[in-house]
Parts: sequence; C-alpha cells; structure tokens
Amino acid sequence: MKIDEVQKRLFQEVADLHEIPEGAYNLRANGESVGRNTTANIDIQSKTDVSGIDIRIKAGTKNESIHIPVVLSESGLKETVYNDFYVGEDCDVLIVAGCGIDNCGNQDSQHDGIHRFFVGKNSRVRYVEKHYGSGDGKGKRLLNPVTEVYMDENSVVDMEMVQIKGVDSTERTTVAELKEGAKLNVRERLMTHGDQKAYSIYRVSLNGDGSSADVVSRSVARDTSYQKLDLCVNGNAACSGHTECDSIIMDNGKILAVPSLEANSVDAALVHEAAIGKIAGEQLIKLMTLGLTEAEAEEQIINGFLK
Amino acid sequence: MLELKNISFSAEEGGKTSEIIRGIDLDIPDNKFIVITGPNGGGKSTLAKVIAGIVEPTGGQLIFNGTDITNMSITDRAKAGIGFAFQQPVRFKGLTVLDLLRIAAGKNLSVSDACVYLSEVGLCAKDYIKREVNASLSGGELKRIEIATIMARDVSLAVFDEPEAGIDLWSFNNLIRIFENMRKADDKRTVVVISHQERLLKIADEIIVLSDGQVVNRGPADEIMPLIMGSKYAQSICPKME
Repeated sequence: MKIDEVQKRLFQEVADLHEIPEGAYNLRANGESVGRNTTANIDIQSKTDVSGIDIRIKAGTKNESIHIPVVLSESGLKETVYNDFYVGEDCDVLIVAGCGIDNCGNQDSQHDGIHRFFVGKNSRVRYVEKHYGSGDGKGKRLLNPVTEVYMDENSVVDMEMVQIKGVDSTERTTVAELKEGAKLNVRERLMTHGDQKAYSIYRVSLNGDGSSADVVSRSVARDTSYQKLDLCVNGNAACSGHTECDSIIMDNGKILAVPSLEANSVDAALVHEAAIGKIAGEQLIKLMTLGLTEAEAEEQIINGFLK
Repeated sequence: MLELKNISFSAEEGGKTSEIIRGIDLDIPDNKFIVITGPNGGGKSTLAKVIAGIVEPTGGQLIFNGTDITNMSITDRAKAGIGFAFQQPVRFKGLTVLDLLRIAAGKNLSVSDACVYLSEVGLCAKDYIKREVNASLSGGELKRIEIATIMARDVSLAVFDEPEAGIDLWSFNNLIRIFENMRKADDKRTVVVISHQERLLKIADEIIVLSDGQVVNRGPADEIMPLIMGSKYAQSICPKME
C-alpha cells in the first residue's frame, strides 16, 4: 500500500489509524482505493456506475469494525463518492468514516461523501465520522457530506459526527427514517474558525410507534466564522424526540440555531432546546483562581465543551 | 502571611459612589482558622474577592508572604498560593469533576488521588469522578466539589466565601464536619471563612466582625462570641437542629 507522510497524518486525524486497521477496511487517497480488506462477514465491492463502494454486512455479525477513511492531499481534486452500507439483521458493528483534506495549493479541494445506511431489524451500529482540514495554500478545503439512515424495527444507531478543524466550507445534511422501536442518538461536535462557513442540517422522521431520537449538537464559532444549525425532528407516530443546539460564540463569530419539531401524531412527544452564548466570565475566573491563565482557561472550557 | 494596608473599594451605581470597603488594615497570621462575620452588605464578600484578585481595590496595598501582590493577576496570586472558593460555584458543560480536580492540582492526578480529595468532602469518587460539573449536580454537591478543588491545590491561604449559602440542612451538617476536620488537620494552611454561621464561628481561632466596610471587632472566638451571640452576625441554621 502506497501512502505518503501527509496522507498518513490525515488518516490518523480522521480515523485514529496508526497502522492498518483490524477487520474490514477501504482506504481511499486522492480518488483511488489504496487498500481494502474484507472479512467472512463483511464484503466491500466497488460500484460500477458511480464512484464509491457497497458494504454488505451479514446478518448476525457482532463486534466487528469497518474503517473507510478518505484523504485528499492533491490540490484541486474534486470528487463525489457514494458509499452504501447494508447492515443485516441482529448485527452489532462499528463503522469509522471521515475525510481529511490537506491543501497546500491554490485550487479548491472538495470531497462530497454520500453515505446511505440500511440498518436491519434489531441491529446496532455505532458510526463515527471525523472531518479535518490542513494545509496553508489559498485553495479551499470543502466537504459536503450527506448521510441517510434507514432504520428497520428495533435497530439502534449511535452517531458521533466531529468537525473540529480546518474545513473552509461544509454543508452537512443528515436524513434519518425510523421504524417501530428504532432508536437514533446523534452527538455532533463542530468548531469553525477564520472565515469558515458550516451548515448542519438534520431531518429525522420518527415513523414507527416506540421510535425515538436524541439529536444533540455542540458547537463553537470563532473569529469571523458562520454556522447554521438546523435540526428538525418529525414525529409521525407514538414516538419521542429531543433536539438540542448548544453553542459558544467567540470573537466575531455568528451562529443561527434553528431546532425545530413537527408533530403529525397526537402521541408524539417532542422537545427542543437551543442556547448560544459566550464563555461566561465567571467560568474563566474560576479556572484562573486555580492557576490557569485566561487563554489556558478558555482552552480548557472549549475542550471540555467539545469533548 | 497576608497584610492588608488601608484597603478600600468603592463602586459607582446610578451616578452615586458607594464605599463598600473603607480603609481596612488587617493582619492575617500563618496557620490560623479565621471566620469573618458581619451584616449582609458589610463588605465581606468584596474583601474576599480583593484577596483573590477578582476585585481590584480602589486604594491600599496587599502584602502576601512579604511580596506586594496589589497589582498581581488572579492567576499569579493562585500560583503564589492563594485559593478561593466561590459562594456560588461555577458550572461547566463538559468539564468533569476529575478534569476540575486535575486543573486544580496542576498535574495529571490519578483517579485514586482524586478519590482522596472527594472522600474528604464526603463524596464517593466512584459516583462523581466522571460527572460533569453542570446543572445535574445539586447545590450541596457543587459546594463540596468546590471545596475539594481547594484541597487539591497546594495553597497556604484558602478563602471560602459563605460556604453554607444556598445548601440544605442535611448538606450543612456535612459541610460543618468538613470544616471541623480541616480545623483539626495538621497542616500549615491558613483558612479564612466568610460566614455568620454560629457553628463555624465557634471553631474559629479568631473572629473578625466587618460592618459598613470596616473592622468593628476582632479577637479570639471565646471573647467575640458572647458579644455577637444571637445577633444577625452569629446565626444558627435551624434551632431544632441544635
């Protein structure tokens, strides 16, 4: 497998990969697959019509993991990739995705990943997605991920979506549809700086009785960056849904938080919360009385908030 | 240990200047347990904040272990060995009890070390170490964690601003026990507590009565207690609990 030092660093940032992962994986660098492994229970096939892969996980697969990180280190590369995950019934798997872009050139680099999950009955999926950008070129680092999740009866999906550093512009769209008894938990962590722009859109439809969703976004907007957090839960059955946007604003950052609910069933129980504020002065003072400088205190508060 | 020389503080409100502290001279010796009492609005909390560096005095000088700290920042005073426990402990989303204790200790405290400080304030580390210091904790729990952060620091002067404020009776009794233990502990720390609770006043080496921004009385507990017993400067939290 040929990957250079920059790519290796990006793989570490987005997938905590220090070496070849165990289990199934597909490593993609600069638009090409640079490594793939399948297991007895997990098959990965390249799509023939568009760029991307189909991942098929056999029913009953437990305690296995799939890593599919993508890195771009060539300036000016633009790609749209379609990855479909077919998770059989009664599975329990970890899926680690993510994209790292290093752009030292003057042309924009862009990766739009479209991930679709078809989660079988009673299956449990933990999905971790990290986005990261680096490089000091004038070219922008653009990421527009689309995540679609179709959850069958009594399935559980825990999603951890993290974008902490270096992505110039992002429009993240997540759509989920839940059948009876299905449960979705989303924890999003966003930090923007410089003049970055981030749009995060969630559309969760609770279609089956007993389904539930908990969508929580925590974000920090620094410098002159802009964020729009648009989190909507639709209750179409006897279900329960909660959506929360909690943000820290700094410098000249701007944030628009739009948590919303739509109840189409009298038995839908839905709650939303939103809060935006700067770091409280008393929080800084408390940490300073413990011996931290103001800058160290700020860093601890943000690290804790985004943890 | 700490010398306050002619400390004053005035604040402007609605175009009017009010003097909160009026030229206080105070000498706080090493290894003492001192309780500062007095009526509400008498300047007690402001004085505590002046010592910690949170409030800048409008006049006077502070000398700590021979060094003039009047213009020192909060951070530098903390590093010099001054600890301050807030009347209303601050909440943090995301920071855990262990994070806070580690920041306080200034090192990567092990869970078992953190456990020592938590058990000193009557909390079981197993239940609390991973808890976020947020609104899910009760007032009493926050107060005890606040005290544990002071214990985790190696301070020579610990200032507690009304530790009993805003807690329930059950927690109050536990809190008193913590201070009684702190009093008995064989360390070189000087403890200054702002309080008008009789049970804290009784265990003081010295009581300072502050009223209208000035020291109106000062002396050993057995001398001062008879003068203030039953007044609003020495209150019982609940007569039935005595």
